[in-house]
Amino acid sequence: MMIFAILKIALRALRRNALRTILTMLGIIIGVGAVIAMVSIGNGAKAQVEAQIASLGRNVILVLSGNVSRGGFSFGFGSAGTLTQGDYDAIRREIGGVAGASPEVRSSAQLAAGNQNINTQVMGVGVDYVEIRSWPVVNGDNFTEQDVRTANKVALIGSTTSQTLFGDIDPVGQIVRVRNVPFTIVGLLASQGMNMMGSDQDDILLVPYTSAMKRLSGGTSFRSLNVQAENAKRISEVQEQISNLLRQRHRIVEGRDDDFLVRTQQEISEMATSTSVIMTWLLGVIASVSLLVGGIGIMNIMLVSVTERTREIGIRMAVGARGDDIMMQFLIEAVLLSIVGGLIGIAIGVGSSRLVSMQMGWVTLVSPESIIGAFLFSAVIGVFFGFYPARKAAQLDPIEALRYE
Amino acid sequence: MAAIVHLEKFSRTYVTGEVEVHAVREVDLEIQPGEFVAIMGASGSGKSTLMNTIGCLDRPTSGTYRLDGVNVGDLGRDELADLRNEKLGFVFQGFNLLSRTSALENVELPMLYSRPRLPGQEHYERAMQALKLVGLEGRADHAPNQLSGGQQQRVAIARALVNNPRLLLADEPTGNLDTRTSIEIMGVFQTLNAQGITVVMVTHELDIARYTKRTVVMRDGKIVTDQPVTDRLMAEAELQRIDREHQAIRLQP
Repeated sequence: MMIFAILKIALRALRRNALRTILTMLGIIIGVGAVIAMVSIGNGAKAQVEAQIASLGRNVILVLSGNVSRGGFSFGFGSAGTLTQGDYDAIRREIGGVAGASPEVRSSAQLAAGNQNINTQVMGVGVDYVEIRSWPVVNGDNFTEQDVRTANKVALIGSTTSQTLFGDIDPVGQIVRVRNVPFTIVGLLASQGMNMMGSDQDDILLVPYTSAMKRLSGGTSFRSLNVQAENAKRISEVQEQISNLLRQRHRIVEGRDDDFLVRTQQEISEMATSTSVIMTWLLGVIASVSLLVGGIGIMNIMLVSVTERTREIGIRMAVGARGDDIMMQFLIEAVLLSIVGGLIGIAIGVGSSRLVSMQMGWVTLVSPESIIGAFLFSAVIGVFFGFYPARKAAQLDPIEALRYE
Repeated sequence: MAAIVHLEKFSRTYVTGEVEVHAVREVDLEIQPGEFVAIMGASGSGKSTLMNTIGCLDRPTSGTYRLDGVNVGDLGRDELADLRNEKLGFVFQGFNLLSRTSALENVELPMLYSRPRLPGQEHYERAMQALKLVGLEGRADHAPNQLSGGQQQRVAIARALVNNPRLLLADEPTGNLDTRTSIEIMGVFQTLNAQGITVVMVTHELDIARYTKRTVVMRDGKIVTDQPVTDRLMAEAELQRIDREHQAIRLQP
């Protein structure tokens, strides 16, 4: 039988029960739509995380000081203060393949300038920090080694903080009071946007770490060290060297846990994206379940259809239709249901992912793979769930079928 | 000339649960080209089983059935389907047209399953020709529910004829029709038979059987009489007679 004739018969049969057809398709529509929308949300999240990790800089190795646990409560890495000026100097002095390094101390402080004041994060860093983070100074200049040595009261200001304190006035040369200590702003940092936790990276003040430790927080240890390897090939080598050096310096014997943590950007990136990859899969699988339910709906309605049209099947067989012809007819009908449903589902999935990104401001990424995948999957569902009813129709006995009331 | 239908010691047994039902027992029957045969009998006489077998919808339990020289007992489901498509035309009591499908498309139906496939244009031409043969060329685009019972049966006859079958099978073709329409339908069969088409029909009405040329009467799965029709009725003459009677009734005060 010609494919055109089969399609015509199938379309007529589907049109005859328009409401039923639409309701049956709805299962597939929702399934495909959900798969596409969910995967696009997951992919969007992953792309965003990747972009943020890239903003950490290139070839970066992060050394975090060990964690403190008191009474079974862990304060997390960076809390123990095991990294010292000595460690930092040793890394700079003894390890090859390092392009730059910078300590990092963090504290939160009240800033005031003129009649404005704001509570923001003050980070003490080295000269190399903005270079490591690929975070250019757009106005003014970075502070110098001299500033670090003398614990000079100079600062680089983030764009958000600058906007809050100075509005549209050029912040370079202005004075900002940090816990009542006046700092001169020497440079304005380029805007970085939000980090992966969703906080504003531009709401910040960078000061020499020596200034931060002596004049603000009073601590003697670093939260972390940012080290930049010369190139991507040397990252693991540098990581290994830092580990060995610190174990030696901290007198950690074989078999004991390190009181620090060395992570490459690669590892951080993998950890961060692995969660979003898992999330994407999870969302996709949950959505696929609804696609499966849609398939069962198709099977159900096709079984009803075969029963309803037993007499028609009998007539077709009497005038010479083979089992295969009947089977093909019902299979095409099921596949048509699922494919048309799939196409509508794709439109709805793409539309709803647009809506999500517009309404909620999430990044969504509709990948062509998910569209093609969802479409093929819906076609496969049509064949799979249409097969049993179609075979049932094909195996009817013509005499019985003709006699069916 | 070779027989179209050749049954030899044909038996058909159904097994329902533990009981064996012998629907037809060792029947011999031969039908030559150009014949017009009525198979008669009460319900349960085995006439439907005989008809289903002749129509290649069923196969003999034992004995042989040759349709136009082909041994049907050896064939599989697909081959039986092809045989029905190529050599047989069916007309049923309940018309069995596809609803909400035009007369033309109903007539085209058997050609959908023809092997080798026919070009679409030929579908249309042959279907229109068949409709013309039964006098319904003007109703080609009417759906069955827009046609009278007699017209529906004519569409069914056109469908049965469209593949130029060797044998036209009719199962109680007048069972759902009034007397006048029944005679009209028998007239169609008589015209077709006169053009050389072999017709076999099942009926339990003696009046209807008198329009055929030969009656086969079955009882308890066996043929009890098989004889030519001696007092044959011709549909055209009968219709004229009925018209005259009606006129006479109307003339009476």
